Amino acid sequence: MAAAATLAKSRYVPPALGILSLVVFVALIELLIRVGMINRFIVPMPSDIIAAFPRVILEESVLHRFLLTASEAFSASILVTIFGVAGGVLLHRYNLLRLATETWVAAIAAAPLVLMYPLYLVIFGRSALTIVMMGFSAGLAPVILKTLEGLAGTRRVLINVGKSFNLTPSQQFWKILFPAALPTIFVGLRLGLIFALINIVGVEFLINFGGLGQLINELAERYDLAGTYAAICFVILVSVCVFILMERLERWLRPVD
Amino acid sequence: MAETGRLILPASRPFGLPITPVTALRIIIIVAVLVAWEALAASGLLYRDVVPSLGAIGKALYVTLKDPTFYFNLGTTAYEIAIAMVIGGVSGLAAGILLGGSKFMSRAYEAYLYYLGPCPKIIFFPVMIMWFGVGPGSKVAMGAISCFFPVALNVAGGMREIDQVLIRVGRSFRANTWQMVTKIYLPAMRHPVINGVRLGLGVALIGTLLAETKLSNRGIGFLVIQAYSIFNMPQMYALLIILFVIAIGANSLIGWAGGLDKIKRS
Repeated sequence: MAAAATLAKSRYVPPALGILSLVVFVALIELLIRVGMINRFIVPMPSDIIAAFPRVILEESVLHRFLLTASEAFSASILVTIFGVAGGVLLHRYNLLRLATETWVAAIAAAPLVLMYPLYLVIFGRSALTIVMMGFSAGLAPVILKTLEGLAGTRRVLINVGKSFNLTPSQQFWKILFPAALPTIFVGLRLGLIFALINIVGVEFLINFGGLGQLINELAERYDLAGTYAAICFVILVSVCVFILMERLERWLRPVD
Repeated sequence: MAETGRLILPASRPFGLPITPVTALRIIIIVAVLVAWEALAASGLLYRDVVPSLGAIGKALYVTLKDPTFYFNLGTTAYEIAIAMVIGGVSGLAAGILLGGSKFMSRAYEAYLYYLGPCPKIIFFPVMIMWFGVGPGSKVAMGAISCFFPVALNVAGGMREIDQVLIRVGRSFRANTWQMVTKIYLPAMRHPVINGVRLGLGVALIGTLLAETKLSNRGIGFLVIQAYSIFNMPQMYALLIILFVIAIGANSLIGWAGGLDKIKRS
């Protein structure tokens, strides 16, 4: 019992077990395919998937695709930041507007907007613009809501300090409200960017256009099994790296909670 | 939580009308949007039918709601989502209890769930087609995968929030694992569980419907993409309106039934 407790407290044992389980699982799949328990025309051997990685990276111009997806995500995130923060500020500034529309914005945040992609296809064409606009629509509502939450949550004492210095409304906003709301705004931006990224890759796959999402679709349509699995692993790895990076960035940008 | 704004405006009703300023503004916004829409539809600035007139959308809505094939497709999608929710929800619940109940397990495996959770699930669809075929099986699988992650992560978080006193009470009554789960854990963390189910339903709906738009011959997703391919824009708008009403309605219904609206107010 005591030994188990020590193991649980150890810094390295639990993560090591996690990695070990993954390796054992992959090895087990490899074994089951080799002995014929799993059909190799449905699940390719993990060794084949690993071997397919260099082929997919070199022959399918992965770097170019990655840059394409990244540029779409970048454009969407710029739009999300500008319109989301501005929307939040607007709703904070005009209380009546906020009372009338905040629940609507919350409903949009919970709505399955990505299902509107056929509509976007008609409006914007089968182009990068559809993908960017889809990402923008998905990320907008959380940024508006979090900006509003940050501005409304400014501590009373800070606002009173501003008032006692006789600040103009513009000074009050730039010197007091905005800096105080910044940490919450960053939370919103991270959420918004993640939503945008998910939708961008998803729509790329669905409309067979653009970067990493299209790669998976193309390989699957060619029935390149090992390549499809490798591409999926690659996209997951890229997304996980982006999530970790964003989390680090947010923590670095908001030292004080 | 942020401090909620207070209504600074006087509570009096302007012009003696039985509406508050907030309701008045809401009505103004809705009317303005509808008028702008109709003006855009009539102006001919966009390609014909990209923005159909409200009358055309209303008519398509009526025709769609009267059509028996719509209900057949709605039934198919609802059936797929229901099975996906059961599979994804139960496995998510089990995984969440396992991870939330043990610090060791959580530190070993939770990071995988945490980072896999936000990945775009639709990219697994080609694999699901190979595993479960082109029929409803692959759509159910997409829904179940989507639903699993929010349920598992919310339950794991909820497990850690349970008051230790309750767990000690259970132990001192010598409750076995099943009794601990049904009598202590689940009742004590019903709010995170319901929240997880609510989020899970949202993403299961997206996963299933997106899979239907990509490759299927039945379901609401199929109807949407069919309307797109024959360029029947009024019907596409009608279907999207119905979908959004169902999605937002189901979301608030689960929240309401689980008492989430009450805990927010307290």
